[in-house]
Amino acid sequence: MTDYVVEGKGLTQDYYVSGGMFGKAKTVRAVKGIDFAVERGKTLAIVGESGSGKSTLARIVALIDHQSGGTLTIEGHEVDIARHKPDHVLRSKVQMVFQNPYGSLNPRQKVGDVLTEPLLLNTKLSARERREKAEAMLVKVGLGAEHYNRYPHMFSGGQRQRIAIARALMLNPTLLVLDEPVSALDLSVQAQVLNLLADLQDEFSLTYVFISHDLSVVRYIADDVLVMNKGECVEQASRDEIFSAPKHPYTQMLFAATPVTDVEAIRARVAHRKALRAGAGA
Amino acid sequence: MALLTIRNLTVAFATASGSFRAVDGIDLSVDPREVLAIVGESGSGKSVSMLAVMGLLPDTATVTADEMTFDGHDLLHMTGAERRRIIGREITMIFQEPIASLNPSFTVGFQIEEVLRLNMGLSRHAARARAIELFTAVGIPEPAVKIHAYPHQMSGGQCQRVMIAIAIASNPRLLIADEPTTALDVTIQKQILDLLMELQERHGMALIMITHDMGVVAETADRVIVQYKGHKMEEADVLSLFEAPSHPYTRALLAALPENATGDRLPTVSDFFGQEGVQ
Repeated sequence: MTDYVVEGKGLTQDYYVSGGMFGKAKTVRAVKGIDFAVERGKTLAIVGESGSGKSTLARIVALIDHQSGGTLTIEGHEVDIARHKPDHVLRSKVQMVFQNPYGSLNPRQKVGDVLTEPLLLNTKLSARERREKAEAMLVKVGLGAEHYNRYPHMFSGGQRQRIAIARALMLNPTLLVLDEPVSALDLSVQAQVLNLLADLQDEFSLTYVFISHDLSVVRYIADDVLVMNKGECVEQASRDEIFSAPKHPYTQMLFAATPVTDVEAIRARVAHRKALRAGAGA
Repeated sequence: MALLTIRNLTVAFATASGSFRAVDGIDLSVDPREVLAIVGESGSGKSVSMLAVMGLLPDTATVTADEMTFDGHDLLHMTGAERRRIIGREITMIFQEPIASLNPSFTVGFQIEEVLRLNMGLSRHAARARAIELFTAVGIPEPAVKIHAYPHQMSGGQCQRVMIAIAIASNPRLLIADEPTTALDVTIQKQILDLLMELQERHGMALIMITHDMGVVAETADRVIVQYKGHKMEEADVLSLFEAPSHPYTRALLAALPENATGDRLPTVSDFFGQEGVQ
């Protein structure tokens, strides 16, 4: 039997929009019945544009929001956070990293406190053990133990994202939900953070649900890809299948819109422009 | 003759810990009808040098240059009135956050008509007609209706189209686009880039494209300047830059593109600087 860490069946999410003083209230279905499953140690990438419902789905998987319909299974146990509040064990299993490392860290909280807070809430470790774990984790994500007493504003965007990843890893999770973790970062910093995520996945056999709109990043990190458009899953396949032969027109459109840095394509574009100019000049 | 010429531009900011040079000795020039891309990561000074041209820097900034001329006019030593005849008419600029660039309290129609009336001296009636024409040119559906919309009623892509319409309203000879598509989805990015290139070709304006995205460079530029920490690393035409990048930093930027990944790891800039002993 395949060992699925997380499985979703027919997941839906409705948002209630009040109609104001005169209009009628209505419900918006942001996620319209998504099925997926992720094996242990693998990465599922969820791709889509803004408004596709990919972040809404991420929040369901990360046990932040309760789904309106469908079932969510984590390590074989069905989870319904509306009926049973997640306990420490479940909270430790699933952690999330957000897009904006400037918004997801409290500016008044020292890095050490950021990292030890999950331990304080979910474990019975002593203050000293918590500190040791936090310092070890800082080293693991490529920072240093001396950063323990610093504040978030003293760090660059890439370093902050490392802190956010360290915080997510403090409780030894099995599943990490990453919501656009590198899209706010510079290209070279993005490469470092992607390398770090790949290393950590190998070391702790982590399972990733990776939300992104950038197909080139997805190609690098994902094992399976789920393409979403307007709350629906339009295509789901292995990375190699999607990248070699996208079937759905929407997926093909996403590929067509992604800029190409291929030398031949640039040569063709430059030649085309030259021809246009010669035509205009004549 | 070059349209915009900058020689030895330095921009220093007065900070609590002394003066900080964001841009240090940059030379650049743009020819008429040329698309120049300035590439760099955050902190490379790519936006600051263009803000210096526009005169949009705060008082804490000190701008010095051996030469800064636009079409023969000296931008460094001119009066406010002379500057206003060039900036906003001959040289216009669009920014990264289209929704933040527009005033939320006025309709988009009012904001473009204001430019047309003040800069072009059009009457209220003529301005309205021209605004609808410009909205059509930048591909806003139902321009006569959208002209009454407020920025929050439009999507990010449409707001960027409005910004572009405002920027080309005065038929500028140089348009500076500062990360025009960074806040947008890939499909919308493609549409906006195609629109900018089409307008550039049709109006024969020069375009400076500030970006950190090598993909955007590959899709738009004629010539490229690579900047790092306020210094110019490399300048080349787009084809030779991608075919044979001469500076290690450029090679690092290209190698860090996830689609160029070979093997399990992405090379990072520090790998390259370490290997080749460059600081």
